Amino acid sequence: MTQSNTVRAVTGFLIFFVMLSTVGVFLSWNVALSILNLCLISAVMALGVNIQWGYAGLFNVGIMGFAALGGVAAVLVATPPVTSAWVAGGGTMLIALVLAVAAVMAAWAVLQFMPKHVLRTPVFILVVVVGYFLVRSFYDPAVQAIEADNPASSGFLGGAGLPIILSWLVGGLFAAAIAWLIGKVALGLRSDYLAIATLGIAEILIAIMKNEDWLTRGVKNVSGLPRPVPFEIELQASPSFIAWVEWFNASALAGLSGAARSDALRDFVITGSSIFVKLCYAGLFTAVLSIILTLCVLALASPWGRMVRAIRDNEVSAAAMGKNITRRHLQIFILGSAVVGIAGAMMTTLDGLFAPTSYQPLRFTFLIWVMVIVGGSGNNLGAVLGAFLVWFIWVMAEPGGNWLMAGLTSGLDENSDLRKHLLDSAQHMRLVIMGTVMLLVMRFSPGGVLPERTNARSTP
Amino acid sequence: MDFINALVLFANFVLVPGLAYGAQLALGALGITLVYGILRFANFAHGDTMAFGTMVVILLTWLLQSWGVSAGPLPTALLAVPFGIAATALLVVLTDRAVYSHYRSIKAPSIRLVMASVGVMFVMNGLVRFIIGPDDQRFADGERFVLRAREFRQMTGLDEGLAIRSSQVLTVVITVILVALLFWFLNRTRTGKSMRAFSDNEDLALLSGISPAKIVIVTWVIAAGLATMAGVLYGLDKSFKPFTYFQLLLPMFAAAIVGGVGHPVGAILGGFVIAFSEVTVTYAYKKFLTYIVPEGFEPDGLMQLLSTDYKFAVSFIILVVVLLVRPTGLLKGKVL
Repeated sequence: MTQSNTVRAVTGFLIFFVMLSTVGVFLSWNVALSILNLCLISAVMALGVNIQWGYAGLFNVGIMGFAALGGVAAVLVATPPVTSAWVAGGGTMLIALVLAVAAVMAAWAVLQFMPKHVLRTPVFILVVVVGYFLVRSFYDPAVQAIEADNPASSGFLGGAGLPIILSWLVGGLFAAAIAWLIGKVALGLRSDYLAIATLGIAEILIAIMKNEDWLTRGVKNVSGLPRPVPFEIELQASPSFIAWVEWFNASALAGLSGAARSDALRDFVITGSSIFVKLCYAGLFTAVLSIILTLCVLALASPWGRMVRAIRDNEVSAAAMGKNITRRHLQIFILGSAVVGIAGAMMTTLDGLFAPTSYQPLRFTFLIWVMVIVGGSGNNLGAVLGAFLVWFIWVMAEPGGNWLMAGLTSGLDENSDLRKHLLDSAQHMRLVIMGTVMLLVMRFSPGGVLPERTNARSTP
Repeated sequence: MDFINALVLFANFVLVPGLAYGAQLALGALGITLVYGILRFANFAHGDTMAFGTMVVILLTWLLQSWGVSAGPLPTALLAVPFGIAATALLVVLTDRAVYSHYRSIKAPSIRLVMASVGVMFVMNGLVRFIIGPDDQRFADGERFVLRAREFRQMTGLDEGLAIRSSQVLTVVITVILVALLFWFLNRTRTGKSMRAFSDNEDLALLSGISPAKIVIVTWVIAAGLATMAGVLYGLDKSFKPFTYFQLLLPMFAAAIVGGVGHPVGAILGGFVIAFSEVTVTYAYKKFLTYIVPEGFEPDGLMQLLSTDYKFAVSFIILVVVLLVRPTGLLKGKVL
């Protein structure tokens, strides 16, 4: 890393932690820690996008979909299985799924092995149509049976009942599988087709999650997911935790006695427990982020990293050197999507709630893009720094924007329609501001805060 | 008789809505394909350009309505359309100055322009939501039906009615006029010919003394006009909601690619292919089949191939199939 980049990186992270501490001291450490946790998750997501854009110039407009796949993984891995639903429709659903796989494979086999013949297309269509109706004949009753089973509280198959940490890996695998499908179709064609295909798949994945109640409960959401860390209530009841809080706040408690002391202690225990839980999460997320960041940095410095950068900067000459460009692009696209999937599972774990309606392109696709571009595409540390700074600004922009709008409209009449409209619409200004930031950085400082390190002296 | 009833049913729920929707998609896809053919990037901001133009038209319509101006049986919105197009054209030309022209001048790879257009998309989306709000708006007025279902039943004595809404007729008529004008412009006028030359071979066109600045501006103005018109027609036919317009991006892209990117005839063809697939796949065939099959064989279920929640999946699947089987689109060869 060049001298100026090191200085910039250190200053950037220092500024972030000073801002965070300011929030901690003046607002509350609880708020500061929840901001930090989302910063860490966003940083993992930004790393995934940076792998795709920074390493290979692949433009993924469907980050939201891959993050949501991680959320589905959290549901499918961690929720306890709903036995009655499995009894009611699980078997039929399994048959439907097996049939679906068989139909797809049969259709593929027709295309692959049948000689080119007039009959090939009709046979292919016949296989698809028959397969579709066969699958539907098992799938429809299965869905009805499962969704009719206690719809108010479950109405879905549930998950595997395994530790939720496992879902972080599974989320990565889910995202990788979908990325493989999309990459197979859209890579190797014009560069913008991948963008269009990812935009489409993200919308469709979210639509599936909203409508397939048997799988994810749809818009009824799955709440109360298990946690990898203790619950606040358990901590508040645990004598050892209380003793520890007592020791930690000894000086504050020293001057008090009797009822006042036990009240103060209870307050300390309640705040302490929620801070402790957030710290646990922060520890887990930091571990994941460090591992992925280290791997990214090592990969980019390796011969493989040189190769992908060579492909990105000049596809034609890299192809002339015997590199298989479409294959490398597919590999990078899968890796990047898997990292986004991991981050998506982490986010659902943190929330303890899977809500398909909460996946908005603005929040999950666009914001991550702003992070990568502001941070410095192609630079891993830059993506992390960008994620930290942009998320912090994003969180702070809401009260800031409302406050600004209230100030601007204070001259207007209290009941004026214009004032009401402006106050209601203040939230949409975030879109405009973030879009403008993205366009300005792209235009005037394409390298971002921490530009990519290049050895070449040539102009970019 | 049952057979005719089935046909009328099919026309009422598939043919007529599919025609109108297809025409709307075709107008949108034409704008995308023009920008693709001449400026050489996929414009992700097109859906929100449509939303912006429609918003201007809606606001002006409300103003006209408050003045008591109306277009008789036609929707008042048509009076506001020229102003909407002007405002949208101004916006996109200014956007081009501020954003895209820089990337053209440094000859950036097209993916950079795509990315910039995503930025523009969010800014426009934010502006629209800021000004008119994220909710549904209806602005259709004038005569609602050309043919009512009840009138049709009385006229023909059939059990099934055929309703044709004026917005549907309007959509088809306006689309035909606009497409005819566009082709006349591209094939018969000097500017249109130079646009085609520019799209065919940029360097050769520049050598022949064609001014790129003029071509770019004309392209944006036409794209803005088509987008606004498509948006207004869609809004009159269904309703206006910023998020729906953003979602229209996928079927419009699919239409442009299915037909063959940069190919105006392809865009129109693609629009109808996508629209009819979407409508036929999500239509529930229960009643239709009940008329056709012999008594006793009536289906129990809705006989719907795909629930309407997945209508966007249809355009996506068609897109995937075309990319796999024929990446150049249905019509290949010379573009524009």
